Amino acid sequence: MSDDATLGDMLAKRGVSRRAFLKYAAYTASIMALPATSTKVIAQALAKARRQSVIWLSFQECTGCTESLTRSFSPTLEDLIFDFISLDYHHTLQAVSGDAAENARHTAMAENKGKYIVVVDGSVPIKDDGIYSTIAGMTNLDMLNETVKDAFAVVSVGTCAAFGGIPRAKPNPTGAVAISEIIKDKPLINISGCPPIPEAITGTLSYVLSFGKIPELDHLGRPKAFFGETIHDRCYRRPFYERGMFAKSFDDEGARNGWCLYELGCKGPVAYNTCATLKWNGGTSFPIQSGHGCLGCSEPDFWDMGGFYKPLSTSLGSVGTAAAAAAAAGAIVGAGSAMLARRHQENYLKDLADKDEEI
Amino acid sequence: MELLEFARGPAMNVAMTVFIFGVVWRLVALLALPYRGIKSRPREGVIPEGEISSGFKGVVRRMWPYPTFVKAALFSTVNGYVFHIGLAIIVFGFGPHILFFKNLIGLSWGNLPNNLVYAVGVLTVGSLVAALVHRLVDLPKRLISTFNDYFSWLVTFAPVVTGLLASAHLGARYETLLAVHILSIALFLIWFPFGKLMHSFLFAFSRGVTGIRMKHRGAQI
Repeated sequence: MSDDATLGDMLAKRGVSRRAFLKYAAYTASIMALPATSTKVIAQALAKARRQSVIWLSFQECTGCTESLTRSFSPTLEDLIFDFISLDYHHTLQAVSGDAAENARHTAMAENKGKYIVVVDGSVPIKDDGIYSTIAGMTNLDMLNETVKDAFAVVSVGTCAAFGGIPRAKPNPTGAVAISEIIKDKPLINISGCPPIPEAITGTLSYVLSFGKIPELDHLGRPKAFFGETIHDRCYRRPFYERGMFAKSFDDEGARNGWCLYELGCKGPVAYNTCATLKWNGGTSFPIQSGHGCLGCSEPDFWDMGGFYKPLSTSLGSVGTAAAAAAAAGAIVGAGSAMLARRHQENYLKDLADKDEEI
Repeated sequence: MELLEFARGPAMNVAMTVFIFGVVWRLVALLALPYRGIKSRPREGVIPEGEISSGFKGVVRRMWPYPTFVKAALFSTVNGYVFHIGLAIIVFGFGPHILFFKNLIGLSWGNLPNNLVYAVGVLTVGSLVAALVHRLVDLPKRLISTFNDYFSWLVTFAPVVTGLLASAHLGARYETLLAVHILSIALFLIWFPFGKLMHSFLFAFSRGVTGIRMKHRGAQI
């Protein structure tokens, strides 16, 4: 397939109807919370779009983000890879290995200078010169800097790339950092989640392809269309929260009746993501619907937020020893104060008695 | 460290430690003082009565003004009940707050519907604002008011307002509002033992002693 062919040409060659294409454009506009008129714009822009070169770098990660992408409901991976983008480099999905793989990356960089998108999943270790993760003899840090140098934009996929994720969890032995802490001079989009919602990845890429710019982002660099509201705000169990009806354990009557999981440590109120609306596996379910509280995996440092099963309103850590020490110290200081007051009282009474005798 | 993590962790732990230290200090300092009794003779005609009984009557009787003062003190009394009961409902009836206590002391109890607590919260805010306006408008009250009164009001008012804002997601992102709410409670706890909020513990002692002395002098309790 020629790289000069437009997406419209390719779809026509594959027998994809205009109706089906418009349907996809409408779906993308819908999940990105764009006005209905954007459907036409997306359809026209995508039809004229040429294959977008994408270099996918995987660093300190678990491949869960790629797993998520390959389970994208719409568009399918096949659509995404073969119709929309030219995935020129991806450790897990590419057939070649060794020098051939690295040559593919360098070729893509050279041929699409200033135009290609770098997708990164995984954090980058920077402690001890980044020796804790290397690919083809290069540290992740060096590979990232080399690849991003001539890129159009960077997309950090997954919480590890967006915020450091699990590799960054205390005590962070490798000095893992987020991509945004290294790349400062390129447009950067964070699509957090562990893993991220597949439609959030593909929808964002489709937006970039359609409009040639990055979508509106929140203060953490995430597309507002997918990360604008909390899980709690859109949770189907929210009415139970308002009624004060909480499951007390994972197998009690409340849990069976689908009551709110706040008491069981659900982090939905502070987790910004679209799980409760788009859901997973083609809109089948999401963690809360399956009976478990939200872990807040799309938020920075979710691993260290005080325990998955500790309710948000509780304090972190324990004050037991400090409280006992404070009570003991208070009692000692209080007794000392009382003793001084007694002495003062006695002296005062004694002075009064002396004055009486003098009179 | 994120603001919410700081609020839930170090800030709240330090605040609770200061609260416990301060309350124990003030209570021990007060209760360890010698009780020297009343040296004067009781007023003639006064029926002898135990001090505990007089003290208890003193505590209970002052929950409502004397008939002579009802008209003058009606607003302060009723409004005082409104925000005190409101605060109690919010603190001890809201599910997330009960979880806080459960985590702290291991005890829990049934919670009220959140929407009911929100409504009580709005009423309490109104009542607290009314209390402040009354203090500013009423000349004798304004003259005897000090920084202690206004700051105690502020640290009581702030957690209720920030809690309502957090519930309604108004003004900022929820996690920021929640952190500010927790920090306002931390401030409340730190100020509590050293300001007029300590009346929560001391009112019973002061009213009791007043009751005993008044009975001794033959005054109506």
